[in-house]
Amino acid sequence: MIIIITDSNLSTGTEASARADGRAFNELRPFKIEAGVLERADGSAYLEIGGNKVLVAVYGPRELHVRRLMQPNKAVLRCRYNMAPFSVDDRKRPGPDRRSTEISKITSEALIPSVFLEKFPRSTIDVFIEVIEAEGGTRCAGITAASVALADAGIPMRDMVVACAAGKSNGQVVLDLSEVEDKEGEADLPIAMMPRTGEITLLQMDGHLTADEFEKAMDLAMDGCKKLGEAQKKAIINRYGE
Amino acid sequence: MIFVDDKEIVIPGDVLADEEYHSGRGTFREDNNICSALVGLVAIRDKKISVIPLQSKYIPKRGDVVIGEITDIRFSMWNLDINSPYSGFLPASDVFGKEKRELNKTFDVGDVLFLRVVDVDEVKKVKLGLKGRGLGKFRGGILINITPTKVPRLIGKKGSMINMIKDETHCDVVVGQNGVVWVKGEPSMERVAEKVIKMIEEQAHTSGLTDRVREMLSELLGNETVSEDDETSEDEEKSFEVDEKTSEYEGTSSKEEDTPEEEEENGEELIQ
Repeated sequence: MIIIITDSNLSTGTEASARADGRAFNELRPFKIEAGVLERADGSAYLEIGGNKVLVAVYGPRELHVRRLMQPNKAVLRCRYNMAPFSVDDRKRPGPDRRSTEISKITSEALIPSVFLEKFPRSTIDVFIEVIEAEGGTRCAGITAASVALADAGIPMRDMVVACAAGKSNGQVVLDLSEVEDKEGEADLPIAMMPRTGEITLLQMDGHLTADEFEKAMDLAMDGCKKLGEAQKKAIINRYGE
Repeated sequence: MIFVDDKEIVIPGDVLADEEYHSGRGTFREDNNICSALVGLVAIRDKKISVIPLQSKYIPKRGDVVIGEITDIRFSMWNLDINSPYSGFLPASDVFGKEKRELNKTFDVGDVLFLRVVDVDEVKKVKLGLKGRGLGKFRGGILINITPTKVPRLIGKKGSMINMIKDETHCDVVVGQNGVVWVKGEPSMERVAEKVIKMIEEQAHTSGLTDRVREMLSELLGNETVSEDDETSEDEEKSFEVDEKTSEYEGTSSKEEDTPEEEEENGEELIQ
């Protein structure tokens, strides 16, 4: 008789198995946020989380020349999410595709509730998100960094916006899915929120979760957002450091 | 209840105080709390709490004096870039009166003017004018852009900071409320002035700035070998000449003083 020993029960963590990268179920990947990294942009931010590297530039509020987009009572917030061809293992064909068009749209919709757009009628605020390296969870990284860049540009906002994903991998509800966990896992739940009010500005789900699992994943993701929110604040304050 | 200290750096969404305080500029009220809308420094005056932004865009206001660059010539007006989300226009009638003349012979695309904001209407059309002391066209010199909120800091109390730069570098300096600074002098001195102005912008929120500016000026000027090139001829010295056709009020010297005086009241707004 052959006994196959798996190491799933060997980990010391309270929750069953350890994750591929040895993180606890409620642990974020190591991250770093920096504000004001670009000279020529009105506001900018650089964010790394795990293997993700994201650079965001904000321009505006500035004059809007596309008359049909102009809003007489508020500014428009335009986003462009773009992945560099070298950001993934197999070279990505440059230019917008279906996925990046969707992410551009949901990013601007996640940010709009936080910005006082009505202070700048007939103008535009442009957000450019460039993914330099991708390892799962780039949309969340993009939103988190974009909010820092908006604040850096001096744009008035109700609150910061933080985004973080939770999901289910190996039968376990975990925080901040990595690329492997996202691809091979059962579900992915990215959310964006405003930490002060707890208002959710983005909620997407891919895969299957039971109602209980969903609740658990939401709680995890919201905790993750709060941790990232602290880092956002530190990043902005460091820019004007003593 | 107040949750922050005076001059503390806050970020958007930070809760500053509860309802017993008044919500000032850069803040908003939500659920009986006063929150910050900006990245900036907290300013508490009596029971009024406001946030002074560290970065901003210029929003045109009637009566401001601004520096603008001509971007387009239309049938009866010039369009100007005033470093703001809203571009401005200068009607030909403001310059010529009832007379009809060719616009591009007076000002051409790329010319830099010193103007007053005459009116901002509800669709954010910014009407500019040239009527007033010291307003008109600049000849030569360089332009430096700074954040408009730091303009009062650059000018200093009663123009102390700006006058120091003027005296030390022998440059003419004009500051528009839109954050555009025009500097004219000897090319090497212009560069010194630019460096100093950029430094002031960067460190506007720190204290003891005046001393550091003085230090930096003496350091930068000390390295200069005092070579008085006579290439800057007499007529160039009268750099601040206003296009005579356009200005009703004459007077060439001391026009630069105009701006500091007007912004004196704002000078104290930034933390000293």
